[in-house]
Amino acid sequence: MSKIYDLVIIGAGPAGLSAGLYGARSKMDVLILEREKNGGQIVTTSDVANYPGSIREATGPSLIARMVEQCQEFGAKIEKGTVEKVDLKGKIKKLYIKDGREISAKSVIIATGAYPRRLNVPGEKEFTGKGVSYCATCDADFFTDMEIYCVGGGDTAVEEALFLTKFASKVTIVHRRDELRATKSIQEKAFKNEKIDFLWDSTIDEIRGDGIVEEMVVKNTKTGEKTVIKAPEEFGTFGIFVFVGYIPNTEIFKDEIELNDKGYIETCQNLKTCVPGVYAAGDIREKSLRQVITAASDGAISAIQAEKYIMSKEY
Amino acid sequence: MLELTKKTFEEEVLKTEGLTLVDYWSDGCEPCKALMPDVEELAKKYEGKVKFCKLNTTKARRLAISQRVMGLPAIVLYKDGEKLDECTKEDANIENIEAMIEKNL
Repeated sequence: MSKIYDLVIIGAGPAGLSAGLYGARSKMDVLILEREKNGGQIVTTSDVANYPGSIREATGPSLIARMVEQCQEFGAKIEKGTVEKVDLKGKIKKLYIKDGREISAKSVIIATGAYPRRLNVPGEKEFTGKGVSYCATCDADFFTDMEIYCVGGGDTAVEEALFLTKFASKVTIVHRRDELRATKSIQEKAFKNEKIDFLWDSTIDEIRGDGIVEEMVVKNTKTGEKTVIKAPEEFGTFGIFVFVGYIPNTEIFKDEIELNDKGYIETCQNLKTCVPGVYAAGDIREKSLRQVITAASDGAISAIQAEKYIMSKEY
Repeated sequence: MLELTKKTFEEEVLKTEGLTLVDYWSDGCEPCKALMPDVEELAKKYEGKVKFCKLNTTKARRLAISQRVMGLPAIVLYKDGEKLDECTKEDANIENIEAMIEKNL
């Protein structure tokens, strides 16, 4: 018979790695599965200034490297693997991996995170990496002295717009409403910044160009009027940075676990899902604050719950 | 992996026969740095078949844009100096890069 893990964690971001740490320290037999590189979304961040204790060299990757090391030191295993299908209802949970493996576990923590929402307009996919970006730290310096349009009105959009002013000659925030949703203190910084301009009540309808972004069609959400914005001749291109929210990676769980209308997992007390022995941690959950610190907290709580569950009479 | 500069790019890539792979990266691109060790491994695996190079775009921005690279990570495969194929952004994972090389060998 194949091995049965005490706990399998899907996703090696801050939530999954923290769950791994707490799980392994509770002497459980723990496996963390990650489909890409460890760390999740935080690895695109060059400066993690709000996670307590991460002061020196606080980049996303360095923080993750320390989490991975700490996790493995206590005996958690981290393996590459894309989970394609799950069977969570029974006492022994089954995970089916893309490479053909079948993994069994007594308990499961779902920590698969989220990815940036797309605009879903013509040209967006074609010009990703050709002027369209979802990662300011990755691509900002291509647009040094150029113009950038930053789409969205939440905290991320406005904070990234502020970051982009260090590179661009001008940053225009394109927002579908006539006021921002971002926190007041962040809004104030944006209104004070001379490089930031606003295009209110506007959405991007289409992105066009020849190999790189050369123009876009902007639609006024109130009047329906469409305007074409062309790249200035000097550079022949401009940047479009998109920060319009996130989509949770819950597709493979939708038949097993109840999701809310946005696709997030609603957990009850102590991060339990509606399936016994299955927990959710990090950005995948419906929650009010999605940060490394809240993901790490979720990881710790869910791992301790998983341990209690497999030790209990319920199991 | 050969470290390119804007001065050597033309000679080493555009005027080179056979397959040349360029890993475009930058100081600020954390996903690029996370990917790099895996690309180094591929460089060993395909030694003699594909010429592996890397270019820090922080110091060669206009050159990158002239190659239609405006987003990182970008792994571009050239054949006889002509752009043949590429893996950009979320598609730039090691499986896709290896598949791209195998397809064009």
